[in-house]
Amino acid sequence: MRTAFIKTLTQIAETDSNIMLLVGDLGFGVVQEFADRFPKQFVNVGVAEQNMAGVATGLALSGKVVFTYSIANFPILRCLEQLRNDACYHSANVVSVSVGGGFSYGALGMTHHGTEDISIMRSLPEMTVIAPGDPLETQAATQAAAQGIGPVFLRLGRAGEPEVHDRSQSWELGKAIVVRNGKDVTLVSTGAMLQTTVHAADMLAQDGIDARVISMHTVKPLDDDAVLQAARETRALLTVEEHSQIGGLGSAVAEALFEAKDCRIPCARIALPSEFSKHVGDQDYLRSMHGLSIENIVHKAKELVLG
Amino acid sequence: MSKSDELQVLANKIRLHALKMVYTAKSSHLGSSFSMAELMAVLYGKILKVNPAAVDDPDRDRFVLSKGHAAAGYYAVLAECGFIPLDWLESFYLNGCRLAGHATCGVPGIEVSSGALGHGLSMAAGMALAAKRDGQNYRVFALLSDGECNEGSTWEAAMFAAHHGLDNLVAIVDYNKIQAMGHTRDVLDLEPFSDKWKAFGWSALEIDGHDVGAIEDNLQGVPVADGKPSCFIAHTIKGKGVSFMEDDVLWHYRNPQGDEYENALDELGGRK
Repeated sequence: MRTAFIKTLTQIAETDSNIMLLVGDLGFGVVQEFADRFPKQFVNVGVAEQNMAGVATGLALSGKVVFTYSIANFPILRCLEQLRNDACYHSANVVSVSVGGGFSYGALGMTHHGTEDISIMRSLPEMTVIAPGDPLETQAATQAAAQGIGPVFLRLGRAGEPEVHDRSQSWELGKAIVVRNGKDVTLVSTGAMLQTTVHAADMLAQDGIDARVISMHTVKPLDDDAVLQAARETRALLTVEEHSQIGGLGSAVAEALFEAKDCRIPCARIALPSEFSKHVGDQDYLRSMHGLSIENIVHKAKELVLG
Repeated sequence: MSKSDELQVLANKIRLHALKMVYTAKSSHLGSSFSMAELMAVLYGKILKVNPAAVDDPDRDRFVLSKGHAAAGYYAVLAECGFIPLDWLESFYLNGCRLAGHATCGVPGIEVSSGALGHGLSMAAGMALAAKRDGQNYRVFALLSDGECNEGSTWEAAMFAAHHGLDNLVAIVDYNKIQAMGHTRDVLDLEPFSDKWKAFGWSALEIDGHDVGAIEDNLQGVPVADGKPSCFIAHTIKGKGVSFMEDDVLWHYRNPQGDEYENALDELGGRK
């Protein structure tokens, strides 16, 4: 996703001189081509995320569309008040790009776990929250954010995620993608859990369970229609996210169902408990330790469907 | 009347408006509005290239009141200079009005909302960087409180502005030496204050923040040095203009009551 993001942004910057990229002294080797080719559109602000968000807002209020880039929680939590008061309150075109959502930087330890980010960003008025499911979605999301749609939180995985979608798949901000149709259970995934969720659907199919898979790349604004349609057309709903169970995708989907009348359907979520991980390990290891495995998705889906 | 006299008259009007606004609203931060009155009068009366008839002119100078708690004084000068109707001031802080207790965007002439401390200089630096990158000539002025120089973000912005040679950026610190809980020297000492700015790569000058002639002379001369942002440490007195409010931490939050209001009106010549 990291590669898709920077490649796309570089292409956009070629024709749009109002695009700027600020980095908080992270992205070595990733942003160099952009920096070399567009020096007037690039700034490494140093290890100073509060200032990065404030400067980004000042630039945005002067006509720029500004991407800020750093890893995990640094470009969002360290400067949360700047995002709220400066970027959001002024509806400024500031796109906070966090590479390393969830346990991407798992082995680096708790400080580098991006596991409450969706919840916190989702609660900020004006903020659009996007967690692309694969590199193709990342490309489309970057293009959408570059249009200047106000403040955006773009939550990426790392590098090397596979393409899940067909390249002809269309992508629209705020519109969920139905990756495959199904009638027994709907699996709603956000961010880099998409591939795992698709694999879980494959396994369910082997057991005769027909699962719908939805990539909910835009968590805010949520595609309520896709959720309600799934609630009407399938028998159960399971959300999958590499994120705290508080305030993330599961919460957003639950809110959509809560607001709608007559949408009583068995639901469950696969998410992280509200506690810091006690385990040390890489992303795959930490996912497996916290139930974010194909097997556990299958198990939970069966529980819902078969009772 | 000389130009300096006119600017002093404007500063006095700012104080009188602020006094009435804070009294009516039972709000606070009167001392902070008083200490910056001459600075605001000179900025809006003489320095800033802004036009109330074209508040979004892309070539305008930008002004950021980073010390957003002094909003009463800010709205007062905007009203006196024709950005907002004078009668808006009467409803300051009250239910249903447009003027919140901290500076709020959406009010004509106000570039950014502020109130949480330590945000203004970063946003101003972003605006100054945009001008540099786009080859535009506008300048950006940010008025800071001394208290917000406790915030690390202020110094992040200071480092950034100097590193990028933003000589179109001017920081003015209203150094009234009192913050919310006491004197700056007792809470978190800023001294040697101008040396800090210089060490961060700025031109820094100390000026008398109540001498309109001196303020004007200094601000006309920006940038103080080519290639460097300019900082003016303006020595001021909190509550300046009303004897019993001056240099008293009480008047950071207190609103005038009973005789206090009448006496303050008298001292500011508000009954003439």
